Amino acid sequence: MSTRPDPDALLARVQEEEARQRRGKLKVFFGATAGVGKTYAMLRAAHEQRANGVDVVAGFVQTHGRAETDALVQGLEILPPRLVEYRGATLRELDLDAALTRRPTLILVDELAHTNAPGSRHAKRWQDVVELLDAGINVDTTVNVQHVDSLNDVVAKITGIVVRETVPDSVLERADEVELIDLPPDDLLQRLKEGKVYVPDQAQEAIRNFFRKGNLIALRELALRSTAQRVDEQMRVYRREHAIEEIWPTAERLLVCVGPSPYSARVIRAAKRLAERLDAEWIVAYVETPASLRSPVEARDRVVQNLRLAEQLGGTTVTLTGQTMSEAILAYAHDRNVTKILVGKPSRPLWKRILVGSIVDALVEGSGDIDVFVVSSEHEAAPPAPVRRRRPEPDWRGYVEASVVVTVATVVAWAMFPVFELANLIMTYLLGVVLVATRHGQGPSLFASILSVAAFDFFFVPPMFTFAVSDSQYLVTFLVMLVVALVISGLTIRLRTQAEAAREREQRTAALYAMSRELASTRGVEPLLTTAVRHIAEVFRGEIVVLLPDPGGRLTLRGGSSSGALAVESAELAVARWVFDHGQPAGLGTATLPGASALYLPLGASRGPVGVLGIRPADPHALDAPEQLHQLETFANQTALAIERAHLADEAHSAEVRVETERLRSSLLSSVSHDLRTPLATITGAVSTILEQGPRLDERTRQELLESARDEAERLNRLVQNLLDMTRLESGAVQLRTEWHSVEEVVGAALNRFGTRFAGRRVTTRIPPDLPLVAMDDVLIEQVLVNLLDNVLKYTPPGSPIDIMATASDQAVTVEIADRGPGLPPGTEAKVFEKFYRVRPADGRGAGLGLAICQAIVRAHGGRIWAQNLPEGGVAFLFTLPITGAPPAVVTPDG
Amino acid sequence: MAEPVVVVIEDEPQIRRFLRAALTGQGYRLFEAGTGEDGLIEAASRQPDLVILDLGLPDMDGLAVIKRLREWSAVPVIVLSARGQERDKVAALDGGADDYVGKPFAVGELLARMRVALRHRAQLGGESVESTFTVGDLHVDLGRRRVLLGGAEVHLSPIEYRLLATLVRYAGRVVTHRQLLREVWGPNAEAQSHYLRVYMTHLRRKLEPDPARPRYLLTEPGVGYRLLAE
Repeated sequence: MSTRPDPDALLARVQEEEARQRRGKLKVFFGATAGVGKTYAMLRAAHEQRANGVDVVAGFVQTHGRAETDALVQGLEILPPRLVEYRGATLRELDLDAALTRRPTLILVDELAHTNAPGSRHAKRWQDVVELLDAGINVDTTVNVQHVDSLNDVVAKITGIVVRETVPDSVLERADEVELIDLPPDDLLQRLKEGKVYVPDQAQEAIRNFFRKGNLIALRELALRSTAQRVDEQMRVYRREHAIEEIWPTAERLLVCVGPSPYSARVIRAAKRLAERLDAEWIVAYVETPASLRSPVEARDRVVQNLRLAEQLGGTTVTLTGQTMSEAILAYAHDRNVTKILVGKPSRPLWKRILVGSIVDALVEGSGDIDVFVVSSEHEAAPPAPVRRRRPEPDWRGYVEASVVVTVATVVAWAMFPVFELANLIMTYLLGVVLVATRHGQGPSLFASILSVAAFDFFFVPPMFTFAVSDSQYLVTFLVMLVVALVISGLTIRLRTQAEAAREREQRTAALYAMSRELASTRGVEPLLTTAVRHIAEVFRGEIVVLLPDPGGRLTLRGGSSSGALAVESAELAVARWVFDHGQPAGLGTATLPGASALYLPLGASRGPVGVLGIRPADPHALDAPEQLHQLETFANQTALAIERAHLADEAHSAEVRVETERLRSSLLSSVSHDLRTPLATITGAVSTILEQGPRLDERTRQELLESARDEAERLNRLVQNLLDMTRLESGAVQLRTEWHSVEEVVGAALNRFGTRFAGRRVTTRIPPDLPLVAMDDVLIEQVLVNLLDNVLKYTPPGSPIDIMATASDQAVTVEIADRGPGLPPGTEAKVFEKFYRVRPADGRGAGLGLAICQAIVRAHGGRIWAQNLPEGGVAFLFTLPITGAPPAVVTPDG
Repeated sequence: MAEPVVVVIEDEPQIRRFLRAALTGQGYRLFEAGTGEDGLIEAASRQPDLVILDLGLPDMDGLAVIKRLREWSAVPVIVLSARGQERDKVAALDGGADDYVGKPFAVGELLARMRVALRHRAQLGGESVESTFTVGDLHVDLGRRRVLLGGAEVHLSPIEYRLLATLVRYAGRVVTHRQLLREVWGPNAEAQSHYLRVYMTHLRRKLEPDPARPRYLLTEPGVGYRLLAE
């Protein structure tokens, strides 16, 4: 076996190390009970740090008025507490925002397990501490053993007192250092006697009960043991880091079955401890069976609480569905290579276990090589009563309908009565019960069953019209009828619920599929958001908002469901901001900022969060179930990925545009610098020659030099003009000012611009007298003609003829300028319209802009421009101008 | 006739320098100003016969200079402006300028414009208004309402005649579309620029040998029309 560390493990270690360095360091002063001197030790350590020059702040220290402790606090900088008014009392809390703003190197935060006053950002102080650590601030804190989540039930068993305030083990595991503050029980009791241990007045008796010597010894042992365990774990980490190979059992994986039972919490904690010792991954599974679907709301609430507890303790949770619990668990266990299954000791009464069989038996039978552990459930403190309670609205319509159905059944039976046996009449009633059961819940069906029996007795069983029964054997009939009715209705309802549950799940899956499909075919962030919001609002029935950061990083409302009542107030925005910064859900129904009116989820994509999704469900409890929340997260992830994809597409596009612009700019620069310098060189040369050798030059030479200077200046002017025109056309600064113009007039104006430069050429213009006026910008079209004619002058031999023609069809007027020059090289007819394209780059007679400008102008008019070589030689440039209706008639009479 | 006095309002010293060389050589007395304010002071103190005004001045808009100048003076103004600023040219002409020359320009062109402007000023100054106009083969007799081309009478419709007569009155100067429409069709027709195209085409058919390459009735795209004067 190689002694080299496993690369993956090494990588994980490096990443962990990096994250740890960014994070602040957590030091925990750990003790068996209150009064062992944790706070005192923490303060002493703080003073030492301060003496070493560390920036220490007492964030929140509870001295309970003890003189020695008070004296230690005095020497430190104290962060003023946040005062919270609650039910008439003023509560003092850690001011988290002030601490984050102050940003000391080390902050002291006493009592990690403390529950914050309602309205605080986090429900628990340990969450505040986590945020401080995430912000890179070191934290010193204190914890008692009874507050450790996984030891909570053990402590309760020892002391008989259930402690509600707990700290998740995962937080303590993050601690970089744990210092055990140990005090022998006798000394502690002595301190208690001397009044040195803080005891709240109202709970004197209970607390004194707590501080019995036996309790203290047990708690001390627990504290010592869990610290030792931690040292153990550190040892193992050390071995792993230093590649000390050892025979490890193959990866253990624990599967824990939980249900609505209050004892499940105990199973979960046991699993957590076992998993820790085995260094195993642990999964907590809840099985949804047809029976569980019918369970009361309170039971489902408890399931949710149990799953949350598991998640807090660091387990993975999963919800399975199946016909029976054991089947689903075993299938999953085999699928995931689970090595150990943990279940609670069955709570079913013995007779039921014998009759139906127990889950444990079924599991053991089907487990094969998987170990099955059964955890006892005795002596567990009663679970706290669920805080929320929902009463379903009484289904009045169901009861009314049940009565109507039974009445109808009675009428039908009455009609059948003379002809049929009594037994057959019962069938009519049973039919009615089935009808009610298919449409309504348990109550109305039960009601219908009993009402049916009563009606049957009253109307048909002799003596008629009394509830009295003459023959006692009818009592058996009634009983059987009632049982049959109840069984049938029960089965029907179960079928209906199952079908409904299946349908709901199917609908959601279909909805998710529909959304991702639609998102895949949507382009642009705004349409994406509209699509996502519509789908999510449909599925989760609530108001949706989507907040995305603007270029300045401020979250702004970018999408939302139509009602828009979920106005994004500053308080809500702060929650969203927190979610965006921390990448964790917060708000309604979570432990962080639960006072918000909506639940906020981060829109996390592969490159980090892209925004925040807020949802205020119409039913505030609709998202309590973890699987619902997971489903919502799936939707949010889909949306996030789609948004990220859109962002990436935008970035890619703008990068492409940048590259293209850059390419054009460099080709413009090289082309323009050459074209500008050539005429400038000629002008400078000619003029300086005249200046320096003026008298010595003969008149003709001087004239020639001056003419070439003027010609080059004109050329420079045309080039600059072209550059300016191109720039203005491309930047969109040119607006068409179209009026009705005559082509003949614009052609005339263009020819006029050339003055005598066409001298010696035959210029033929063929423009029909009845050519209609065309809507155009005369200045720009004149420019097109000038550029085309200029090309003729530049590229055809002097004296060769030019033909200018115009023709009209129904749709457009076509203008053609044909020369008898050398024509274009075949294949370049389209290229000549590209910017900076020159047929013969070397001749330096143009920048390759003239035709590009023509094309831009003609296109702006809705027309088309092209070139074609002529069979008789030369090239023709043609462009069209669309005819868009006729000009208004000339109304003034000319007579 | 004494040397005509010209005030040049132009901020570019290089352009002022070559104008000075070109114009003094042609017998003009030149006064220069580099800003609009200085230009207005020069125009008030020198009583010029002509003002050459650059539209792009550092201290104020050239249009504002024209407006303030026109409050107390009818002196002809020739505007210098770059090509592509047709809107500015039209605004300057409609605001009281007499003509324009597009930068860059040849000195010959500027001198021709100046001659036309000075001639019009002389006519307005009370000297007899010429009732006949001749250029090339074209002869217009405003008194008798007759138009001759190469000695032969040309029959024009009333509107064609009014259009031609208006251009003759401003012969050699550019007349904006608005000005023409107002003078020929009345103030309500100022937006009906296509009337002009239709009647200008008619006129060219009757007066020009090649209507697509007009000799007399010249088009200034985006601005207006000009009747060749010399």
